[in-house]
Amino acid sequence: MSATTMESRAAKRANSLARQRVWALWGSYIALGVFVIIFLVPPFYTIITSLKTSAEISAQSGSPWMVKDPTLENFWYLITYPNFQIYYLNSVMITVLTVVISMVISILAAFSLSRMGFWGSQALSTGVFLTYLVPPSLLFIPLFQIVGMLGLINSVWCLALLYPTLAVPFCTWIMIGYFSSIPKELDEAALIDGAGYLQMLFKIFIPVAMPGIIAATIFAFTVAWGAFLYPLAYLYTSNQMVLTVGIISDLIRGDVFQWGKIMAACLLASLPPIVIYAFLMDYYVAGLTAGATKG
Amino acid sequence: MAEVRVRKVVKEYEGGVQAVKGIDLDIKDHEFVVLVGPSGCGKSTTLRMIAGLEEISSGEIEIDGEVVNDVPPRDRDIAMVFQNYALYPHMSVFDNMAFGLKLRKFSKEEIKKRVDEAARILDIAPLLDRKPRALSGGQRQRVAMGRAIVRNPKVFLFDEPLSNLDAKLRVQMRTEIKKVHQTVKTTTVYVTHDQIEAMTLADRVVVMNAGIIEQVGSPQELYHHPKTRFVAGFIGSPAMNFMPCTVVEVGAGLHIKINDKIVLPVPPDRVERYRPFKNKKMIFGLRPEHLFEYTEQGKPGWTRVDMLTDVVEPMGMETMVHFFVEGTAICARVDPATHAAPNEWLALTADMNQMHLMEVDSGKVV
Repeated sequence: MSATTMESRAAKRANSLARQRVWALWGSYIALGVFVIIFLVPPFYTIITSLKTSAEISAQSGSPWMVKDPTLENFWYLITYPNFQIYYLNSVMITVLTVVISMVISILAAFSLSRMGFWGSQALSTGVFLTYLVPPSLLFIPLFQIVGMLGLINSVWCLALLYPTLAVPFCTWIMIGYFSSIPKELDEAALIDGAGYLQMLFKIFIPVAMPGIIAATIFAFTVAWGAFLYPLAYLYTSNQMVLTVGIISDLIRGDVFQWGKIMAACLLASLPPIVIYAFLMDYYVAGLTAGATKG
Repeated sequence: MAEVRVRKVVKEYEGGVQAVKGIDLDIKDHEFVVLVGPSGCGKSTTLRMIAGLEEISSGEIEIDGEVVNDVPPRDRDIAMVFQNYALYPHMSVFDNMAFGLKLRKFSKEEIKKRVDEAARILDIAPLLDRKPRALSGGQRQRVAMGRAIVRNPKVFLFDEPLSNLDAKLRVQMRTEIKKVHQTVKTTTVYVTHDQIEAMTLADRVVVMNAGIIEQVGSPQELYHHPKTRFVAGFIGSPAMNFMPCTVVEVGAGLHIKINDKIVLPVPPDRVERYRPFKNKKMIFGLRPEHLFEYTEQGKPGWTRVDMLTDVVEPMGMETMVHFFVEGTAICARVDPATHAAPNEWLALTADMNQMHLMEVDSGKVV
């Protein structure tokens, strides 16, 4: 076979690979484009509507995707509205408490289940995950009895007790997976270096498993911040309400929907998750275990 | 620094599987002992029992005169280097080395002094601020050794520390480990499956097989006077050649009869030793280095054998020639100048002064 023929074949193959790559890229961009449109249309519509006056919304003239006279009056109304401030404060308080309680329990549970190897730890790990599979919409009825017995009906504090029951199983499960991926030699090295189990947890496991902890934290945060059913079932006065239920109970009066304010409230309520996700994502993605062992 | 005594130690796992079957071993102060053997022979389990990372099913382990069966690893005053380094990934090299000292509440000045000294010994001083992920394999293994050195423990334990390194680096680190031991002189127990590592590093080598100790001795002793067929075959590279044989009497002397064509005279000084095995089926053992090219100027005990070559492997400074004798693969180590070629007859010398004779059933060298 002549050198020229071989060269032309190699060139053809390279050409065909380049063409395939172009097609693959086009495919990816189209798929991503569709995905982005589907997911960004609702927030875009929320922003547009939140900038409209009630009159402009109810006039129903012109395109609903455009705003004629943008205004921040909906936002200003909410910021200065005492009830909204209470809802916001309650939501922040309950979310922080839920995250702290859930993470303390999950980290300790996951560490003992994945590393201390006691009798029945394997079955218990599976059991923890199985509890996550029970739908919260079924649990809230028996939980109502317990909350009632504790005298916490219509108290925002009952949520700090209830949300961890939703967050802990999944967070523990994430953490068990993460802790299990940490090489066993790392704890053995720490044991020989003189660490006890708690020192091992705080000085080795928690720093090394930080990406997993952040993933679990994001989950616990999402559970507490976005929960709707539990506050709807257990809380009924404004001073105990959280954002999710407060927004609809206050801004929907009978069949009057204050769309501008509802949309502005949704945006304000979305701010903390957006900020937290943006802040933590980089850290979450960073692989901290690199270099621990032969890789 | 301390002596380590292992007394009738057994490790039995659930289901009755015995990984270590009642071994006895005395390790002297300052000694470098290497546990060597094939995978699953119980060497790592023994090391981990000394470290306190595995519970002992029965028997006793003593470190510095104290029985440590129920003493947790942190109170045994030992340091261990792992095969995969086990460095704390979120800590700098300095903090990795200082971790054990901090937990033991050493002063900052003392910690710095010890880390700097270990870094100097291991030549890693410029790396102290780096994280493990920014180090090469060899550097990581040095840091792992540094973490052990700074503690100034009674015993160093190494669990196959060089297995993850490439061949060139392994040789280099082997020398480093020996140098470090010559400097700090801490009693060391080192586990490897690489017999060359064992031979080059050890004051004494412990050859283990299937949960028992086959033989303990200096590298030279194991090489020249193996007590079992297993040790004879495990120590030395390439491995010793084994051939089934019969010991036959010819006149006043004895001969090793491999087949009708290959009958090798036993050196006179060994005749009385081997006489009880006359007419018995035995195993004849001869290392490849004791089977070499034939020369006219022979020595007492050298015997000519002609073999039909199968494969020839030139290695540069020597050439390995492979044959088949009675269906058994045999290797000889010859001078490259011999110009051995496949499928040709080659005249070789068997140095019978270096022969070994083993019982077929027990594998015992007689």
